Amino acid sequence: MAKPLTWQSATVEAIHPETARAKTFTFELPDWIPHRAGQHYDLRLTAPDGYQAERSYSIGSEPERQGVIDLTVERIDDGEVSPYMHDVVAVGDRLELRGPIGGYFVWDIELGGPLLLVGGGSGVVPLMAMIRHRAALKSPVPTSLLYSSRSADDVIYAGELERLGAQHDGLEVVHTFTRQQPAGWAGYQRRIDRTMLSEVSGPLGKTLRAYVCGPTILVELVANSLLDLGIAASQIRTERFGPTGT
Amino acid sequence: MSVITDDVNRSLMTDGNSVAGLLYDLFAREMTAEPTECAACGREGELGTLLAFTRAPGVVLRCPACDNAMLRVVRTASHTYIDARGAAYLRIAR
Repeated sequence: MAKPLTWQSATVEAIHPETARAKTFTFELPDWIPHRAGQHYDLRLTAPDGYQAERSYSIGSEPERQGVIDLTVERIDDGEVSPYMHDVVAVGDRLELRGPIGGYFVWDIELGGPLLLVGGGSGVVPLMAMIRHRAALKSPVPTSLLYSSRSADDVIYAGELERLGAQHDGLEVVHTFTRQQPAGWAGYQRRIDRTMLSEVSGPLGKTLRAYVCGPTILVELVANSLLDLGIAASQIRTERFGPTGT
Repeated sequence: MSVITDDVNRSLMTDGNSVAGLLYDLFAREMTAEPTECAACGREGELGTLLAFTRAPGVVLRCPACDNAMLRVVRTASHTYIDARGAAYLRIAR
């Protein structure tokens, strides 16, 4: 059971811009270890003077994709780590990573569903690993993703979510845009609230498993609303990040 | 804590999931799904659910129900200090 968690020198294999503020870094790991969807890696930067900064980033890729992992990093302007990741790190660079870590906010198809995934901003990253895991194994578990973004331009993994949601294999992707909506948008255009959660989760029934990831204010509102709607506390898992993984 | 300091801390708050690596270092195993009990209010829940304050010389994990500081961890160059008086128990897998 217990094994040491060691830092390894990972190579940046690709960098893919998701939005104006989020980039996905694909890392090749010398010692790739299968992860569980929802887990994360710690990333450590060391300055020439020895100062170290460490941050925890969720894995966006599914465990079925071997040898590499995707970490999606949102740029926080006054952060210590994310501006460096966005402005300096290039393909071929080596960075220190350790993981996979986390045993609470995880989902495997063996855990079953129905599955309600609720994300705000880059909180979608660990949820995407769950969606990709489900898709890779062609799991029929009924799954709904409720994803809150400021505008359509801020949606991470937009194209892939659209494609996966259009397969009609039991995955529903529901967006809400809180600040700016595309022309002709007929969907949700407000912050997630209890009514929205009731509408989106209704078809999944009361025995659903919920995974909620985003800023604290969203996580608390969603968790409390789900309890109000009759979902058992033991079925709700949350992950908060501040204004976030700076 | 003053009101302003408290607001800043709150805005940078995460949860126990974000310190899974630190906990793994201390206990040599995955800890976030392990239960613990708040010594102040009796709430039981997984370590992953505790509020985490990490932008400080150490890490503080607080009870999400009553805000009691359950676990404080400070690392120096040579040692790690753990103050767990706010937790009635911690469970560690064997």
